[in-house]
Parts: sequence; C-alpha cells; structure tokens
Amino acid sequence: MGQRVAVVGAGMTRFVRRAQETGKELSWQAAKAALDSCEMTIDDIDCVAMGTAPDAFDGVHMKGEYLSDGAGAWGKPYFRTYVGGGTGVFVTIQGWYQVASGMFDTCLVVAEEKMSSTQPHAQGAFITIFDNILERPLGPNLLWIFALEMNRYMSVHGLEKRDIAAVSVKNKRNAAGHPAALLGEADITVDDVLNSEVLAWPVQRLDVSPVSDGAVAVVLAAEHVAKRMTDKPVWVDGVGWHLDTAYWTNRDLYYPDYVEYAARMAYEMAGIREPRKEIHIAEPYDPFDYKELHHLEGLLLFDKGKAPEAMRDGVLNRDGDLPSTPSGGLLGVGNPIAAAGLMKIAELFWQLRGEAGARQVPGDPRRGVAQAWGDLMQVGTVVVMGK
Amino acid sequence: MSPRRRLRSVEGPKPEERPAILLGPRYLRDKEFRSAVGAVDFAVEARYAWDTGVAISTYLRGLKEGKILARHCRKCRRILVPPRMFCEQDFRPTDRWVEVQDTGRVNTFSICYVRWDMEPLKIPEIPAVIEIDGASPGIGFMHKLGEVDPDRVSVGMEVQAVWKPPDERVGSILDIRHFRPRDASLREKGSSRGRTKSTARKPAARRKR
Repeated sequence: MGQRVAVVGAGMTRFVRRAQETGKELSWQAAKAALDSCEMTIDDIDCVAMGTAPDAFDGVHMKGEYLSDGAGAWGKPYFRTYVGGGTGVFVTIQGWYQVASGMFDTCLVVAEEKMSSTQPHAQGAFITIFDNILERPLGPNLLWIFALEMNRYMSVHGLEKRDIAAVSVKNKRNAAGHPAALLGEADITVDDVLNSEVLAWPVQRLDVSPVSDGAVAVVLAAEHVAKRMTDKPVWVDGVGWHLDTAYWTNRDLYYPDYVEYAARMAYEMAGIREPRKEIHIAEPYDPFDYKELHHLEGLLLFDKGKAPEAMRDGVLNRDGDLPSTPSGGLLGVGNPIAAAGLMKIAELFWQLRGEAGARQVPGDPRRGVAQAWGDLMQVGTVVVMGK
Repeated sequence: MSPRRRLRSVEGPKPEERPAILLGPRYLRDKEFRSAVGAVDFAVEARYAWDTGVAISTYLRGLKEGKILARHCRKCRRILVPPRMFCEQDFRPTDRWVEVQDTGRVNTFSICYVRWDMEPLKIPEIPAVIEIDGASPGIGFMHKLGEVDPDRVSVGMEVQAVWKPPDERVGSILDIRHFRPRDASLREKGSSRGRTKSTARKPAARRKR
C-alpha cells in the first residue's frame, strides 16, 4: 500500500432529537471541531469526503452538494458516499484511499444526518428500500426487517431476549458518560427494556436507537504529515467492505457473512491473525441491541451465537475483556445514520489516545475495530485502528 | 501528484485540551419547531410507474394463474424465487422456468403492532419470510401470515398460500392473500382475513414516548 494513513483529529456535535441547525451548519460545527482538535485550518486540507444518508431525509436532492460548503469543500476535490447505515465507516475508507494512494496528503472526513425533517417520521423515507414490485404492496415498515432478522438470530441459536436486552442497557449506561449523548441513562435496567412497548416482536422500543440529528468529522493525514503534527497519531491499519445480495429472502439472516468478509479483509491488511487476542476495543454497529451481538460474531470476535453469553458474563462491559461500544453507540449516544458510524471511528481515536474521559477503557488499549452495516441488510464496512 | 500545502507549525494549547465535542446544536421541542419564524412545510409530489421487468412480469402472470414460478440455474443448481433472468452468483443467464409449490416453511417472522409512522395498529400484522417448497433450501420471499393466533406461530411452521379467487387476481404479490398454517388445528377459527384479534404477545401498555 502507498502511504500510511493516520487519524490526527476528531470532532462531533451533540446528537439531538431535533436540532435548530441545518445539516450544513451541523457539518460546519463538526468539521471545525475536528480541525481545531489538531490545530489545522481548512487550507491544510487537500480533499473532503462526505458521508450522508438518503436525500429523502432532507427533501433536498443532491444533498452532498448542498452540504459541501459546511463540510469545508469549497474549491476542493470533494466526493459524497452513501451505503445506507454503513456510510459512516465507509466514508472513512473513501477518505483513506485518497491519502493511501498518494493522491492527497490530508483528507477531511465529514458525516452528517438530519433525520428530523422527514414528516411525520423518518421511516417514511426508509420504506422505499423495500422491493417496489414485490414487497412494498405488503405495506412493510423498516422495523420488519430488523424484527425478522432478530427472530431468526434468536431462533437459530435459542437465545434469550434478556441477554440481548442487556446490550441496550450497557450502551445507554456507557452513554451516560458521553457529553454528546441523547439517551445516556445511568440507571436503566434490563427490566426497563423488557417492559418497554412491543413495536414488532421481538423488537421493543428500548431495543431500538432513536432518530437523531448530528454530525461528526475526522482528519486523515499521510504519515509524513501526521508525524509532524502529533506524537499520538492513530493509524488506520486495515479497511474492508463487502456487499451481499439484495435478494435478502434468499439468504440466512442469522449470520452476517458480509461483515465477516469485510472483517477478514481489514484484519489481513492490518496483519491481524487472531482478532480475539489482538483487538482490544470494538465499536460494532448497534442500531438495535441484537445487531451489536450479531456484528461481534461477524467480526470473528465470538463464535456464532456466543456473543450473548459474553454479554451475560460481562466481557463486553467497559472494564471487561473486550469492551464493546464504550462510546454508548447508536443506542445511547444516538443514531444520526452516517454521523453515528463515523462517531465509532472518532471514539476509537479518543480511546486509543487515552482521551475518552469518563468513557475511557482501562488497560491502555492499543487496537480497535469499528464496523457499520446497512443497505438492505447487506453491507459490512470495517476499519481497524491502532496506535 | 499532490500539491504539498504548507502546514502551520504546532504551537499553543495541546490538541487534546481543545474541546472536540461541541454542545452546539440547540435542541428544539416540537412546539418551538412548529412555531419558529419561517418554518417551512413541504411535500414532495413524485409519482412513478414501474416496468416489472422480464422475470417479474412472468412471475406476476404466474401469480394471476395461481402458480408460483421460479428460475433454475443449471450451474449452481439453485431454484430461485423471486425469479431472475440471470444468476447473480454465477453471473450467467438462468436456464428455465419451473413451477414450485405454494407451500413452505416459516423461516422467520415478526408480530408487528405499529404502522410505518409508528402509529399503533389495532390488529397486529405477522410479516414472515417463507421458504418455498420446491425452491432451493433457504430460498423464499416475504409475505404475511394469517388465520393464525400470533402466539402459535413458530419458526419452521409449515404454511400454505391462501389465494384470492381467480376473478380477483390481477398479477400482484397480493394475489396471495396470506399464508396460513397447513396444520388446521393451528388455524384460528372464524378469521379468514388473515387478521387476528388475539392478545398474544400483546405490547405492554403504551408508555410515554
């Protein structure tokens, strides 16, 4: 590979249910915070990568262009990327290969989402992901696919809902230490989740992350630039992505093969042979509580069906053997789609530098993996970071 | 190659002492938002008319005749439903049409109590993925279950299509009204609409949002 790439700065806005700021203003706030965090100005940036989900959320067509000014892209090479929920991690990969290739030395990566504009509910925009001829006549809603996948995962492995609900509790508690969190709750219990309203069994309200507004940005730099700027660069050691078929009723939803393939690609690039020993922090994608467990298995960090046991045994807690989602994740901090994925990259940056404050994972973690998921339950995007 | 831009020297406060998390966005309550100066409401008027394609138009014609049609790929030997004219795995044309059964097994299901806009449904819906008999293992499509108490639905349950009468069929996935249990003892009596008033797995009392 060409140039070695580091994350040298990160910034984010608070995630809120409905922000007064426009998407453009949110992008500006996050981009400026990321630049300030590493004492750079926009003049130091060679190109800008933007990640943001469907135009339909904003009702603004060509949203990438609309957001470009806020993202610092004026007069610069700029591109927008979108792979559903997988966007936030994938946009990091997009930025990475601009720099790794030697084409540019620095890249500002920005991810933004403003879901509150869609009336009456952001789900209205999601419905159109279903097949227009064969599925939409059935009157689906987005919860269906999560509920169908969750039930398949639980049924194949004989899992208890209680063990899955514990993930939601962990993440909302972790988020209590996050200044940007929308749903941090230090005192929430598993019973609160199990007693919450059933939306689409087995999915209950507290199994689900909230729709949110927010933005996150990170700065990527080539090795020779990064080493001049900071003595604590966090390296992008490996990247991977993979897509499964959109014929989602033709494959078994109990296991995300595409996440495994993406993870294998990233681990190989990072020289990781035994992820269970070499990964110290995981930030898997957690729009629903079972998804975190599903993805930890796809990331090869647990055997198939065994992640819930690890949850029960405390392995995934902040002070456990494999802290998972110490940020609080989508369930706790919030889920402005693309921004939530990039938050996971930012969290690894802060964790590996020892700057995560109340959320800091003990024991000097040296390596972490961030992952996001999306499209029609078919894309896996993975980044391995190390110091 | 890249123009090397001059970087500012690293001086002043250490980066980690700068706030990286902004508490900037101002949270708006719904009332504030609705009453804000210049708040704009807009509805997109977009209509579409879709071709159904080569494979799916044949499939829909089959449904109108009360048949479920699939495509066979001789290379991977899969029987594919929904059908496609090419095999995405072998990346070659599929070879022939075959008729599969209108029975199958529940691969997974949900019991859904809300509409897409999160408004509650009086009668829950039971979406399911049905593995179709005659298609390759694990291959099927999404539909809804009916004539069954939600509490008695299980993964692996054998089901059969309930068709609309021929003169009501138009060539749509809705020509199949729903799938019901093959085992008559699992069927809910007196319900033919694929709906149920069962209180099984009833949601906990609606809580404040």
